[in-house]
Amino acid sequence: MRHVFSVRIGPVGFRIGSDWRTPIAQLETLYRDYPKPDAGVPDFTVRLFARRPWRRVLRPSVEIGGDYMLPEAAPLPLRQGLLAAEMAMNLQMALGARRYLLLHASAVERDGRVLLMTGESGAGKSTLATLLAARGWRFMGDEFALLDPGTGLVHAFPRLISLKNEAIAAAEAAWPDARMGPLMPSTPKGDIRHMVPDARAIAAMDVPGRPALLLFPRYGFEAETRSVPPAEAFIRMTQASTNYVPLGEAGFRALTGLIAGVPSVAVDYPDGASAIAQVEALWAAS
Amino acid sequence: MGRVVSDARLLARALVDPASVTGLDAGGWTALLAMARAEQLIGTLATRLDGLPMPDAVTRILADARDAAEHGRRAALWEAEMARRALAALGCPVVLLKGTAFVAAGLSAGQGRSIGDLDILVPRAAIDAVEGALLAAGWEWVKPDPYDDAYYRRWMHELPPLIHRERDRMIDVHHTILPLTARITPDADALIEGSVDLRNGLRTLSPEDMIVHAAAHLLADGDLAGGLRNLWDIDRLCREFGDQEPDFYLTVMEAAHAHGLWRETARALRLAGQLFRTPVRGHESPIRFRFDEQPGDRWFRRRITARDGWGRPTRPLTRLAFYVRSHWLRMPPAMLARHLWTKWRKG
Repeated sequence: MRHVFSVRIGPVGFRIGSDWRTPIAQLETLYRDYPKPDAGVPDFTVRLFARRPWRRVLRPSVEIGGDYMLPEAAPLPLRQGLLAAEMAMNLQMALGARRYLLLHASAVERDGRVLLMTGESGAGKSTLATLLAARGWRFMGDEFALLDPGTGLVHAFPRLISLKNEAIAAAEAAWPDARMGPLMPSTPKGDIRHMVPDARAIAAMDVPGRPALLLFPRYGFEAETRSVPPAEAFIRMTQASTNYVPLGEAGFRALTGLIAGVPSVAVDYPDGASAIAQVEALWAAS
Repeated sequence: MGRVVSDARLLARALVDPASVTGLDAGGWTALLAMARAEQLIGTLATRLDGLPMPDAVTRILADARDAAEHGRRAALWEAEMARRALAALGCPVVLLKGTAFVAAGLSAGQGRSIGDLDILVPRAAIDAVEGALLAAGWEWVKPDPYDDAYYRRWMHELPPLIHRERDRMIDVHHTILPLTARITPDADALIEGSVDLRNGLRTLSPEDMIVHAAAHLLADGDLAGGLRNLWDIDRLCREFGDQEPDFYLTVMEAAHAHGLWRETARALRLAGQLFRTPVRGHESPIRFRFDEQPGDRWFRRRITARDGWGRPTRPLTRLAFYVRSHWLRMPPAMLARHLWTKWRKG
């Protein structure tokens, strides 16, 4: 393809090809401190392309493709090309990854032990991980945590942090020096702005950690914590994993191992400050 | 170094001659993997290249592909067993087709193969009973559109696709191997008559009918999408059975003749020989046939290998020509016009 960018995020290499220069230039800038795929061979190929040649210039519209595709994926306008690239990379992971059990969770690490936070979009996964990272935790990822079925360790996948709506201001306040992507207003998911993880997160991205605590945060409620029984945690995590079914027995073992090995706690929180205090208290007790 | 190969001949060569990959650089590997994924041959490629020297990054990717294929094999066999249980009480023969048949029979064509839907063939007289038994066992209609439903029932070689509501897997129930609208009418009774018992309540086609079916699927039905995988199936079947039986190709061409698929089968075998060096052998008597290259073959090769190193389809005009051809083969012109008109009006 005309414009190409390659990058490795944690253990996963990507090649992104595009009919337009803009999204590639944005990726080059934002991922400038990341390594290239091992041996120059990426795990996944992503394509950003125009359905018809004239759509490169006339109302340019970015189709999302690659090794793995969803037939119903809607195209995005070119000004949201960076979002298209990130969505396409996530899609390759969600549909194609087999080496790790993918947990739809954010992850931060302290002393080699990993805190996992899972939940629906809007639960605050990304925001909490960003706020915790600003307080000295190592940021491992805000979208997918990669659980290795062989070792039970969690591998980092610190892609660009996808901040939505109010989370943008909260993250900017916590990380005033962070490098940010363009603000993309009124995307299908609201206002979106990407933030580059801090230097430590990138430098340590090949270091896995042992899971220690699994949280189910929920934003917009009075502060409360509740222990989640293992059966409930297991079922919720099967739904929070995009490749639990295709991994078969390996996925079942990895997930039951995780749930048996760490406490699971639901955390309702009214605001970021309260959430941080609740999480730190739970961590100290775990 | 030879000429740079920029279409799916790169993939074909890697499959038939695994040692050819040792000269690949990072770009070559990247292109090969993207093509293999796009042609749904990544699991097959992984099986073929197992144990060869390659970059660690590639080893990891191919190990994942092998794991995925093994999981797919297990799931396909389980789905076949579910269908067997649902249909056991009917007492009619249930013949597995395509990928599921290859893995159920332990054939080399099944090694690493990606398997999508479960395809079965049953006698046409039993089709209503089969449909009822599957509906009772948890399968449901996928296409609620009455025109599509009626079209399938009147003109197609299979029931409208059914999906299982718990396992989310599709089943295609065939009563023959080409649409009823096609100019060619294979002998469906002979397919079932000649089928092989797997001794687990399920059957497969005979080896020669497997090849004729693959040829029909490739060249008499559809626009050759996925053609490389189809041709690879044919190559593997030929090598597995052709080695054991000196007159194997005679048997295949006799079956092809009986089903009205002589031209298609001969062409499929020629193309397999050209792309995968399948050791096809001609005969002089009792019937005469050869597998020398024919003038039209290159257009089929052009279509089958139309894939670039990004996994993108290439050669749009060739593709369009084969797309038009597929509709031409599938139904008479007046019917095609009526069908497209109805589809267009419904948007």
